[in-house]
Amino acid sequence: MHVCTVVPISLTVGANRIVPAVAIPHPLGNPELPKEEEKALRRRLVEKALRALETPVEGQTVFEN
Amino acid sequence: MAQGKLRVVHYLNQFFGQIGGEEKANTPPEARAGAVGPGMGLKAALGADAEIVGTVICGDTYFAEHLAEATRTVLELIKQFQPDVVIAGPAFNAGRYGTACGAVCQAVVKELKVPAVTAMFPENPGVDIYKKDVYILPTADSAAGMREALPKLAAFALKLARGEAIGTPEEEGYIPRGIRKNFFAEKSGAARAVDMLVAKLQGKPFTTELPMPIFDRVPPNPPVKDMAHATIALVTSGGIVPKGNPDHIESSSASKFGKYSLKGLDDLTPETHQTAHGGYDPTYANADPDRVLPLDVMRDLEREGRIGKLFDYHYATVGNGTSVANASRYGAAIAKELKEAGVDAVILTST
Repeated sequence: MHVCTVVPISLTVGANRIVPAVAIPHPLGNPELPKEEEKALRRRLVEKALRALETPVEGQTVFEN
Repeated sequence: MAQGKLRVVHYLNQFFGQIGGEEKANTPPEARAGAVGPGMGLKAALGADAEIVGTVICGDTYFAEHLAEATRTVLELIKQFQPDVVIAGPAFNAGRYGTACGAVCQAVVKELKVPAVTAMFPENPGVDIYKKDVYILPTADSAAGMREALPKLAAFALKLARGEAIGTPEEEGYIPRGIRKNFFAEKSGAARAVDMLVAKLQGKPFTTELPMPIFDRVPPNPPVKDMAHATIALVTSGGIVPKGNPDHIESSSASKFGKYSLKGLDDLTPETHQTAHGGYDPTYANADPDRVLPLDVMRDLEREGRIGKLFDYHYATVGNGTSVANASRYGAAIAKELKEAGVDAVILTST
């Protein structure tokens, strides 16, 4: 599965399970947050990625929530 | 042969050269006078102005296994016939044959300075390798397309032999070679772009000046059933590598990917890792590489039993101006290794 910021690129290249990320230079982080909050944000994204991997999909699917 | 006829040499594999099937694929190069096999149809299509003076035949496996030597020998055999043009194939969807046809044509053009053309199915691996250097006409995927292919090959070869100018792929029907030619357009780029946009909005046809590469599609994998016992790997195109970038992965147009151990690591820090990527501001990734490759969180989830295991290695390349062909190759190589290592699923992160 693909965690990426620019979802249209991921769709173009053919990823089937896509989780939108935060920003190009820090897809799984946000330097403006305190360290603990930033890690919690990263954890939510990775957990979403794991849920995407556990979810059956028919075609390209963007996991927004 | 009559004076003034254009001299054509034809290249064939062992099958179309009527030597034999797969059991004869190890046949080394040999030359015959005149036309052989599909050369007969080609001869008819060439008409009175040209003559197939010789045919060079080589087994597909022999050619593939002795690429340099076979090319050299084939070239010498072709040269003896003093051709005005060389035709190879058609190879249809036969991979080794298509690759051999491409290699022969490329060598003929480069070494003998004689024009050459081949024909094959657009998905033949020979196309990707040689389309830049060689005129390749598209054919059907099997020899059922022979009747259709030969007249086109003959017409194209006659043009080449006569030294006539070859137009664009659209005009001439060959597979685009990716060659850019400068010319003065009547309208500026801005005006052409607006014209295209207007046509697009009106649902009218338009021709792009910058075709996008074609990406393949794969059916989705089934879901991971038992995540608590699954091995998950991290892969990134964001260039996260050990500090110092030991494999010297390029900051753009990466020529390779790296495989790096995560054993004993719980967290990526500026002391252990960095990004090699030259296409985004590296400040945030260098300050905390977990922002691109989430090792810290994966370790937590591993300890908590949410996943069975984090795979001991991560793979990284730089996705910055990297060609689709290279990126696909790295992807396939990485996927193969991960499958062999028993990895159940991958999280690929991109910047």
